[in-house]
Amino acid sequence: MDLGYWLPLFFAGAMGLALLIYVILDGYDLGIGMLLPFADDREKDVMVAAIGPFWDANETWIVLGVGILLIAFPQAHGVVLTALYLPVTIMLMGLILRGVSFDFRVKAGDRHKAKWNTLFALGSLVASVCQGWMLGAFVTGLTGDATSTLFAALIAVALPALYIMLGAAWLLIKTEGELFRKAAHWGRLAVWPMGGFLVLISIATPLVSQTIADKWFTLPNAIGLMPIPIATGLAWAGLIWIFNSRQILHHGYGWLAFLSLVVICVLAGIGLAYSLFPDIVLGQLSIWESASSTESLLFTFWGAIITLPMILGYTVFIYRVFRGKASDLSYE
Amino acid sequence: MEFDPFLLARLQFAANISFHILFPTITIGLCWVLFYFRLRYTFSGDKAWEYAYFFWVKIFALSFALGVVSGITMSFQFGTNWPGFMERAGNIAGPLLGYEVLTAFFLKTSFLGIMLFGKDRVSNRMHLMATALVAVGTSFSAFWILSLNSWMQTPAGYRLEDGIFHVESWWAVIFNPSFPYRFAHMFNASLLTAAFLIMGISAWRARRGVDGPATWKVMRTGAVMAALLAPLQVWIGDLHGLNTLEHQPAKIAAMEGVWETERHAPLTLFGFPDEEARTTHMAIKVPGLASLILTHEWDGEIRGLNEFEGEHPPVAPVFWAFRVMVGVGVLMVLVGLWSAWQLWVRGKESREGQGVLLRILSVMTFSGWVAVLAGWYVTEIGRQPWVVDGLLRTADVVADHSSATVAGTLFGYVLLYLFLLVSYIAALRYMATKPARSLSLMPQQRAMNAERAQGEA
Repeated sequence: MDLGYWLPLFFAGAMGLALLIYVILDGYDLGIGMLLPFADDREKDVMVAAIGPFWDANETWIVLGVGILLIAFPQAHGVVLTALYLPVTIMLMGLILRGVSFDFRVKAGDRHKAKWNTLFALGSLVASVCQGWMLGAFVTGLTGDATSTLFAALIAVALPALYIMLGAAWLLIKTEGELFRKAAHWGRLAVWPMGGFLVLISIATPLVSQTIADKWFTLPNAIGLMPIPIATGLAWAGLIWIFNSRQILHHGYGWLAFLSLVVICVLAGIGLAYSLFPDIVLGQLSIWESASSTESLLFTFWGAIITLPMILGYTVFIYRVFRGKASDLSYE
Repeated sequence: MEFDPFLLARLQFAANISFHILFPTITIGLCWVLFYFRLRYTFSGDKAWEYAYFFWVKIFALSFALGVVSGITMSFQFGTNWPGFMERAGNIAGPLLGYEVLTAFFLKTSFLGIMLFGKDRVSNRMHLMATALVAVGTSFSAFWILSLNSWMQTPAGYRLEDGIFHVESWWAVIFNPSFPYRFAHMFNASLLTAAFLIMGISAWRARRGVDGPATWKVMRTGAVMAALLAPLQVWIGDLHGLNTLEHQPAKIAAMEGVWETERHAPLTLFGFPDEEARTTHMAIKVPGLASLILTHEWDGEIRGLNEFEGEHPPVAPVFWAFRVMVGVGVLMVLVGLWSAWQLWVRGKESREGQGVLLRILSVMTFSGWVAVLAGWYVTEIGRQPWVVDGLLRTADVVADHSSATVAGTLFGYVLLYLFLLVSYIAALRYMATKPARSLSLMPQQRAMNAERAQGEA
């Protein structure tokens, strides 16, 4: 078996998976952060409690994603992060504010709680917008020209909409009563911009990049790929149905909304991977050109296949421990 | 005025890492202290230990959050500011950082949830184990990060092909010559930082009369730790120094302000190193002592800075940082021994009886931070002009950003960090002032969980 071929492929897959898990898991954290200003003070506590035990670990998936970029594709790591210098820096500041506000809001005293709530929401918003910007710039090959800038701006607005949907859906799982109704309301509102952005992005991506257009619109690939947009559309329609159906919501099936969003994220992830593959920087670097030496990859590979199942295992365990509705005062 | 983007990039990295290291320094040590509190209350059933655990777990959580978010910044910094480092040394740095994420980062962040919020959702044993796993995770983090840092100081187990590092032996890379000393030194420094932090805040509470049942117990724990570990740190530091002399003589020369290679080298207690004149002004020297300390022989040879011209670190910052570290360290030894004598041997536990001690301990609350920062400045500035000692220059790996870009983001980071540092200390102060009963929300939480359990059943 040719390790020089398979190891970069394995790490590209692992990186994609880590970033997908990040988008889903920290997506709901950031979404709830952005929704925070729309809730009253008591509800804010419940919303934070709903992400309390999870957010630290959720955020770690981006460290793993960027970590794999750094471990397995050091050449690309430099190219990507140098090109995205400003959005990355601003995103990090957003993540810092969000992360620390989480603790400060309950520890710095009641006088300062409102200020930390604001910073929590602001940090979440800034981080989400920057992540969208980074994704948009990345998908268009980091060229920095006018069309790709416009595209990056489009995704900078789209990704927060997705995160807000994830946040609202997570609240359906974790809350009850008035907040639950509010969450359903937020979901009903956000589902439309999110859907609009999905359509726009699907149209814009092939327009911005000829390489991507060729991959999707040549026969017979086009036919084989049809299930991806169709299934995404169905999942989105399902989302509208779930958020509008009292039957589903009030009989404890709110988690279906989260599941639909996971399906949409997975499909979008597959679509994105198909668009980019085998490049890690579109049109510039392939995963094999930018990979570390085989012996280094192999050393990390053994660590990864032993620890990743363990990480997934205890992640599931922790979600099981904290299953059920969040209490309003799980901390302090 | 035009700033050098290279200098700005270095300042930015220094700002990020200086801010970051403050929090792991607390959490690596504090987590084991928490585990100890947790064990004590499991086995003794003494409520005071339970209270101590829940008081300190909050401070731990806050410190941990600051450490995690600033740590994420670190993982991006390599790519944004120092892409050349990963391109050249990625084969070595990558896997070490990768193992840190895989074996440590996930472990500590995941089980932190149970440690903080899961008390009544899991068995006592599981909660105890979660606490231990978070402690193990933070220590593993330190292990991998310090291994990489040490490799950059004393590279081993590699071969160079076209300027790119490849691995010859992972064992030699991970356990490179300076790693055992650096790890022991830093791990012990964390425990000491935690010891002075818990003593300092407890003393502060005792002075204000807001002390709960656990305040003196915690203070005594810190005193015993400090009395044992501070002298131990002197010994580890000495071994670390011998190791540095062997592998990085230029760093030692800068630390001691030795310009010419000499035997029977004097120890400069104080002075102003002047790199242009290549001398130390107003030096107060003790004959032969530098040779004795560094080589354990009166006439041991110390190589001077003039042997490394153009390849030695800036002398003044290393020289001064070293004196700050040693000075604070000596103070910690004295205060540690004295407080252990007062609290443990004499066992006098009252505000009136221990006025002076409480005052000194309050002042020393963050002494660990000062010593650790100074120590890291010695070792990191002392490695310059190299990023990988003797093999790769820092100037060769910097990213090509305009100075305006780097200056702008540096300004943003510094503002944010100052704000957070002030907020952190203010929050600690606020938590320390809160009277005991409002801190213990355990019964309330238990009631809530019981209610939920009933609902489910």
